[in-house]
Amino acid sequence: MQWVELIVFSLLFLLVTVMGFVASRWRAAATLDHLDEWGLGGRKFGSWITWFLIGGDLYTAYTFVAVPALLFGAGAMGFFAMPYTIIAYPLVFLPVLRMWSVSRARGYVTPADFVRGRYGSSLLALLVAVTGIVATMPYIALQLVGLEAVLRSMGFNGSGFLGHLPLLIAFVILALYTYQSGLRAPALIAFVKDILIYVVILVAVIYLPIKLGGWESIFDAANEKFAETPSPADGTLLGPTNQLQYATLALGSALALFLYPHSVTGVLASRGRDVLKRNMSALPAYSFLLGLLALLGFAAIAAGTTPIVNNATGRPDSNTIIPELFNTQFPSWFAGIAFAAIGIGALVPAAIMSIAAANLWTRNVYKEYVHRDATPAQEAKQAKLASLVVKFGAVAFIVFIDPQYAIDLQLIGGVIILQTLPAVAIALYTRWLHRWALIAGWSVGLAWGMILLYNIPNPASGRAHFGGSALALDKLNLFGWQPFAGSQVTIYVGFVALVANLLVAVVVTLVIRRTKVSNGVDSTVDADYHVDEHDKELRPIGS
Amino acid sequence: MTSDKPGSRVTGLVLNPWNLLLLLPFIVLFTPLFNRDEPAFVGLPFFYWFQFVLILVGVLSTMTVYRMTRTARTVPPPDEGPDVDELDEGSVR
Repeated sequence: MQWVELIVFSLLFLLVTVMGFVASRWRAAATLDHLDEWGLGGRKFGSWITWFLIGGDLYTAYTFVAVPALLFGAGAMGFFAMPYTIIAYPLVFLPVLRMWSVSRARGYVTPADFVRGRYGSSLLALLVAVTGIVATMPYIALQLVGLEAVLRSMGFNGSGFLGHLPLLIAFVILALYTYQSGLRAPALIAFVKDILIYVVILVAVIYLPIKLGGWESIFDAANEKFAETPSPADGTLLGPTNQLQYATLALGSALALFLYPHSVTGVLASRGRDVLKRNMSALPAYSFLLGLLALLGFAAIAAGTTPIVNNATGRPDSNTIIPELFNTQFPSWFAGIAFAAIGIGALVPAAIMSIAAANLWTRNVYKEYVHRDATPAQEAKQAKLASLVVKFGAVAFIVFIDPQYAIDLQLIGGVIILQTLPAVAIALYTRWLHRWALIAGWSVGLAWGMILLYNIPNPASGRAHFGGSALALDKLNLFGWQPFAGSQVTIYVGFVALVANLLVAVVVTLVIRRTKVSNGVDSTVDADYHVDEHDKELRPIGS
Repeated sequence: MTSDKPGSRVTGLVLNPWNLLLLLPFIVLFTPLFNRDEPAFVGLPFFYWFQFVLILVGVLSTMTVYRMTRTARTVPPPDEGPDVDELDEGSVR
């Protein structure tokens, strides 16, 4: 047991727990019994709070342990997180503003609410909502993987139920203050989390290269390691076969980023369009941090760090690379701060994701199919309960099922959330795509994406299925026609599935427009997409 | 970019040439451009530091689009005392 680290970690954890409960009174409205308040923090966060909130939301604990672990294991390919977060903000700069405006004008709380209003189709909205919930659940479970990696490094490496007890305690506390304070809790905690993360990473990227003889010798050590492996795909530069994968994975991930319900929640909680525009320029500060942290994966190679063996599964847990690097290279008190940064970094996104999933459940399933006349107070109550269910579902996932499944499901989650792009993002601009065509495209993209993922093996881990998201073009098979037979170049599965989705949606639209099938009623008007804070006759918040 | 102009509500799509700047950061997807070691910078291969530079390109492009597409507000903000958050970010005009 690492006592000094444990004490520092516990003190900081205690601090955020108090903050989580106090948050319910922070800039409070008359009542928290409305989804605008509990689920969106009153739709009034300014630039700073939004920056901390969305930053804490998108750059999760899992990102902070998994990305360096990828570089440690596979080299340059793991750096895809960089182009991904570079293009994400210019890409969504304009659509996010339209999403904010129409949601503010019409009182939408979830992306599925928008689809419901835009197409008058509760079925399409349900598909978008369910896709969002299914994609978010394993993401929450992954935050637990990040938290557990830290706990394991501090000595909590038991097997069976006792081994999971610290995790369970942390999550019960999180569940309670999220229940009470809603989105205000992660918004307030995000301040602590992000300041800790910035301090820790800046110290680490200055101190470690000096200690390990500079970046040059760090890269020499990494090159040496990758030269010894038989795989041609690893190395400190991209190889001939994985450049397309690097680019399409970055593009696909960037397209998916703001389709995730928790990103939309962070966006809708902001006060106005200017806040969002400023944040599109300010959020890349986190990308800079992520890039630096990613390079620590190579520093871990040079420092000779080895991953801890997970006593519950008997396999080395590569996600412990970064915690172990801090454990071995820094004094205990500093490692404790680093662990707290990662641990608290797991709580913020887990809270926002569970709120986003709860909002989807409440607005697009409960209110639509179970209790049509639900009052705003009943909606808020339902969402609070749903957030508990979602969180304990994620814990059960980690405790009772192999965490590897959470990682597999997260892989699937990225591919399936991308399939909502035509219904959510394209619909922000045009209703040209027919609602039945959107459903057809979604079905095809989803099914094909799953089949492709299922058939990808991973020779390194000896798995026959769900071995990764890199599809060899050779395997691309359209009813027996293989356009790229023999090619070993790889591409991101989600990208392939999205292209299929779009093609089907366009073709079905062209066909269906010749018939008299209704395209639903659009309850939004053009002006809705441009409203801003301070506009006259703006719908009051919480009505 | 789409605040209301005096007397007319903005409707439909508003196209502004400045928005094309948002395409610039996408050069990061053309990996052959930068997938090499030389020139290195403080020991970092070109592949890595070039992508760090592109973060800056992304920031500059979004910032420029924000500044160049801002139009005057028709409805003045309600006359209430600035709250802490607004003071923080210097958004009080």
